[in-house]
Amino acid sequence: MNRVAVIDYGMGNLHSVAKAVEHVGDDLHLSVTANEKIIMAADRIIFPGVGAMRDCMGEIKRLGIDDILRRFVEDRPVLGVCVGMQALLDHSDENNGIDCIGLFDGNVEHFEDGMTDEKGAALKVPHMGWNEVNQTRQHPLWQDIADNSRFYFVHSYFVSPKNADEVVGESDYPETFTAVLAKPNIFAVQFHPEKSQTAGLQLYKNFLGWDGQG
Amino acid sequence: MSLAKRIIPCLDCENGRVVKGVKFLDIRDAGDPVEVSKRYCDQGADEITFLDITASHEGRQTTIDTVRAIAGQVFIPLTVGGGIRKLQDIRDMLNAGADKVAINTSAVENPDFVREASEKFGSQCIVVAIDAKKVSQQGESDKWKIFTHGGRNPTGLDAVEWAKKMVANGAGEILLTSMDRDGTKDGFDLALNRTISEAVSVPLIASGGVGNLQHLVDGINEGKADAVLAASIFHFDEFSIPEAKKYMREKGIEVRL
Repeated sequence: MNRVAVIDYGMGNLHSVAKAVEHVGDDLHLSVTANEKIIMAADRIIFPGVGAMRDCMGEIKRLGIDDILRRFVEDRPVLGVCVGMQALLDHSDENNGIDCIGLFDGNVEHFEDGMTDEKGAALKVPHMGWNEVNQTRQHPLWQDIADNSRFYFVHSYFVSPKNADEVVGESDYPETFTAVLAKPNIFAVQFHPEKSQTAGLQLYKNFLGWDGQG
Repeated sequence: MSLAKRIIPCLDCENGRVVKGVKFLDIRDAGDPVEVSKRYCDQGADEITFLDITASHEGRQTTIDTVRAIAGQVFIPLTVGGGIRKLQDIRDMLNAGADKVAINTSAVENPDFVREASEKFGSQCIVVAIDAKKVSQQGESDKWKIFTHGGRNPTGLDAVEWAKKMVANGAGEILLTSMDRDGTKDGFDLALNRTISEAVSVPLIASGGVGNLQHLVDGINEGKADAVLAASIFHFDEFSIPEAKKYMREKGIEVRL
């Protein structure tokens, strides 16, 4: 039995995450929950999120999710998705600046105004759609996913980590930004694996079998 | 490496079936929405847009069930539009597995609805659908106005100003349909798309008028759209999505293959 808790703090489309995980999981017990007992009894956590960081952090703190995550990652794997990834950094510039959970050193920053592509055309914000992810180093969660596979992104802020060795995936818009972070027991992605078809489903499959190392 | 331009097949659905009016005359049955969505997803569609044209109240539950069935099989973004009038309608669709909702008439009736919706659910899931018709005469500078109810009801609103207002209210994306071109197969209204795309900061989906693959290319290159939406050319197997993507790539457009 693989017990998976998708953390529900009222922010985000958890149904999409749950459906994708159920699609690839064998012998799965999946809970969409904010209940501390259920979460702490799980084998692994998926930590999604969408929306404004202030609202997210407000709910995370009110429900004690920050503390639960800090304890959980000591011995079991966590997958952060989108704002769930951003919330794992120290701080976000969103909503005039807000402190986050701090499992990665670094800041969350906004894409610049007035960005253009190589042809001079305006680049829209949010960065929305399918972009290539360059696997900057090997990791068990990249298994059976081709380098530079495209994943589906929707975000206006991106993470800027202090420790370059925690970066395992990058994308360009137009400058290179960090798309994936990893450290023992944590893998965090800016894109939405649940919306990224084959490559995204494979990533969830890899996470379900991950021992937290690499 | 860069962001791919998106191809979005659109499913107009009535009472649980995909339909598409051909030149406003008849409605041709184009199949079961779950099967059609799955097929497009397998072929490499970048997103699916599901527009519910069912009018009746009983039909709403059918729609929710259909959205749930699609979302259980299709792991790409799913936008649902048609009849989104209250925050509860948005919640119902998101709970059924939609990623975004498209708001049209109710935005015109109450522009604050878009603000409330984006504050509640986040801009990333609020698409404002705009139906625009050209009102300027030949020789005058281009001007388009907003219409609702499938182009029947004029609102008097200027399309460009309206798009900017919707983005200011929190729209995360604009789905722009030219009522002059919809169903004609004459191509997008490129001036309309370009004018609005350049006026707003968020992505623009061009819609209305696609009849061949060059129209998709023109929508991106000349219409400055971030995504192109089409229905009938895909439903009736005139072109497949892989053919469309191959053609676009040959013309130098970044696509997901």
